[in-house]
Amino acid sequence: MDKRVRFKGWLLPILLIAPQVLISAVFFFYPAGQAIWQSLFIPDPFGLSARFVGLGNFEFLLSDPFYRASFLTTAIFSILVTLCSMVPALFLAAVADRLIKGSGVYRTLLIWPYAVAPAVAGVLWLFMFNTRVGVVSWYLGQLGYDWNHVLNGGEAMGLVVVASAWGRISYNFLFFFAALQAVPRSVIEAAAIDGARFWKRFFTIVLPLLSPTTFFLLVVNVVYAFFETFGVIHTITAGGPQQSTTILVYKVFSDGFVGQDLGSSSAQSVILLIVVGLLTVFQFKFIEKRVHY
Amino acid sequence: MRKSIIGALAASSTLLLPMIAAAQTEVQFWHAFTGRLGELVKEQVADFNASQSDYVVVENHKGNYSETLNAGIAAFRAQEQPHILMVFEVGTATMMAAGGAIKPVHEVMDESGAAFDPNAYIGSVKGYYTTTDGEMLSLPFNSSTPVLWVNRDAMQAAGVDPDTDLSTWQNVGAVLDQLKAGGEECPLVTAWQSWIHLENFSAYHDVPFATKDNGFAGLDTELALNGPAQVAHLTAMGDWAEDGKFIYTGRRNEGGANFRAGECALFTESSAGYAGIKSEAKFDFDVRPLPYWEGVGNGPQNTIIGGASLWVMEGHESEEYKGVGAFLSFLSSTKIQAKWHQNTGYLPITLEAGDATRIAGFYEDNPGTDIAVIQMTAKEPTANSKGLRLGSFDQIRGIIDEELEAIWAGDKTAQEAMDSAKTRGDALLRRFEAANR
Repeated sequence: MDKRVRFKGWLLPILLIAPQVLISAVFFFYPAGQAIWQSLFIPDPFGLSARFVGLGNFEFLLSDPFYRASFLTTAIFSILVTLCSMVPALFLAAVADRLIKGSGVYRTLLIWPYAVAPAVAGVLWLFMFNTRVGVVSWYLGQLGYDWNHVLNGGEAMGLVVVASAWGRISYNFLFFFAALQAVPRSVIEAAAIDGARFWKRFFTIVLPLLSPTTFFLLVVNVVYAFFETFGVIHTITAGGPQQSTTILVYKVFSDGFVGQDLGSSSAQSVILLIVVGLLTVFQFKFIEKRVHY
Repeated sequence: MRKSIIGALAASSTLLLPMIAAAQTEVQFWHAFTGRLGELVKEQVADFNASQSDYVVVENHKGNYSETLNAGIAAFRAQEQPHILMVFEVGTATMMAAGGAIKPVHEVMDESGAAFDPNAYIGSVKGYYTTTDGEMLSLPFNSSTPVLWVNRDAMQAAGVDPDTDLSTWQNVGAVLDQLKAGGEECPLVTAWQSWIHLENFSAYHDVPFATKDNGFAGLDTELALNGPAQVAHLTAMGDWAEDGKFIYTGRRNEGGANFRAGECALFTESSAGYAGIKSEAKFDFDVRPLPYWEGVGNGPQNTIIGGASLWVMEGHESEEYKGVGAFLSFLSSTKIQAKWHQNTGYLPITLEAGDATRIAGFYEDNPGTDIAVIQMTAKEPTANSKGLRLGSFDQIRGIIDEELEAIWAGDKTAQEAMDSAKTRGDALLRRFEAANR
């Protein structure tokens, strides 16, 4: 039996999908098309003239070793942000799920960080780790560790990762928590009667049942790390020291809006579009296969 | 039918606007100042508006320097540009290359008939904003130059005579050794590293920062910051960083907080740091000229400026440009300039304003405030010390910052870092040349 609904005419279905198509066209296809078009030119900032260079902007970018290095930086950053925001969230959700009393309060408190805008979160973390007046860097100094993210690339990366992942833990927690509530109690009780301990049950039963949520969060968090962490990086390191925290999207901003190089900036947007497209295809093709709905 | 209604509405609304403001012509002025400086700009504008009844200047804060420039560019693209736009010195080449977007200041002044004498302006200040033929393109507004700030109490605490001669880097190097030995944890700190330790360093020693007269003579300029003089200075700085005698705090003026809190002994920073240091420092401080290396280049030549100038944008009515001319002329007047110079620590833009300040006894009451003026005006600028005119300069500074960080971290030698900065910067200069051919 075919369960799909069939419409008689074509007017109603078109009307139904029109809003979505319109929004996509206005907010996605049109700007993306503009970016592709502009990436073929070297314009002057005031829009007085533009010189057609074909793929010259791409050639310029890809022959720049610092631009190529920024791919690796982005990969490391995205993997770390995704891990650091999902693993603690899952842990907190698993623990909160066991609470019988007070889980409401606990839940509410855990959601708060999500309400903090990335740029503000960046400033908060920067303040704590400030090499001069930061509380954390002071304690580290007491322990004999000389914290200096202004000059140490590894520490700078660590700081932007933590600041980016922090607010995200709340978001992920919410989804994991909801998913955990949906795991049938009977299955867990059966395993418990068979003698499986909490962590054994968690890894063999709960985790596989959570896989659709985990997969969804993986996709969403990778996209977040790619595009939305801009504010954190801008306020904490501005891409430095050297280029240790210059991720692709930050370079799009700094070349386009600080350097006024709109041609290169557009070309970078197009490259970013392709990278994220490929990544999403990869995720759906290979990782989704291991997801059980 | 519908179209004609909209057309009529649009026509009547545009007709109405000039009728409301018929008495006074409005001049839009976009700037990048907040806080105390923002108040002072507001005051200048209010004084101008009160001084005459033909024009009214409307000032608008548009964010930091980069954001203000961006706002101006975006507005021009939408044909909503202001009459006057504040642009920092780094954006000078971008503005100059935009022939159809700007109206040179000398032209505005000629047409408006406002009082304007190009010779009244201090050479090394206006030089940054004039063509090689001597025509002024934008009006210098706030200009400063780097000097050496000394925490006398910290020197004393480390057992160093606070009156030690610090005019050369050789002497400073010896003092840094003594400070370190005397237990000082932050002997030297700097703000704006590229501006002070490369751009001004080059001008001060009369060595080129870039070819083609630092970009004044053509867009086909190349960086020359990997020369022996610059490399020697950065090598010394790198060694000091390694020994904990030079403390790196960041790309902008983060070090100012350390110095004002009394944590550092020596601080290379803009002369405009005066207001902040004076109000916050709880220690005895003084101002010295920026040090130079004895025997390197032709030092000490003059230093160059940082800050911003006012650009007049194309596309307005001639009546409005008259108002612009009157306002710019007002800003250049001795009384306004002298007040600005004394309140902010920025340089006066006219010789007369400097003289008026001296006569009023300001320099005697505030020792050291004239050092920046002397440093800028002691010698006639050379091709290497007139200023810099490089496209994409904001980005090039970013590259220089990155390479300098590699030196401070000990990842690269000064020569390697500057060679790399040249290669990367030249690539951007070629792109800028291509975009503005």
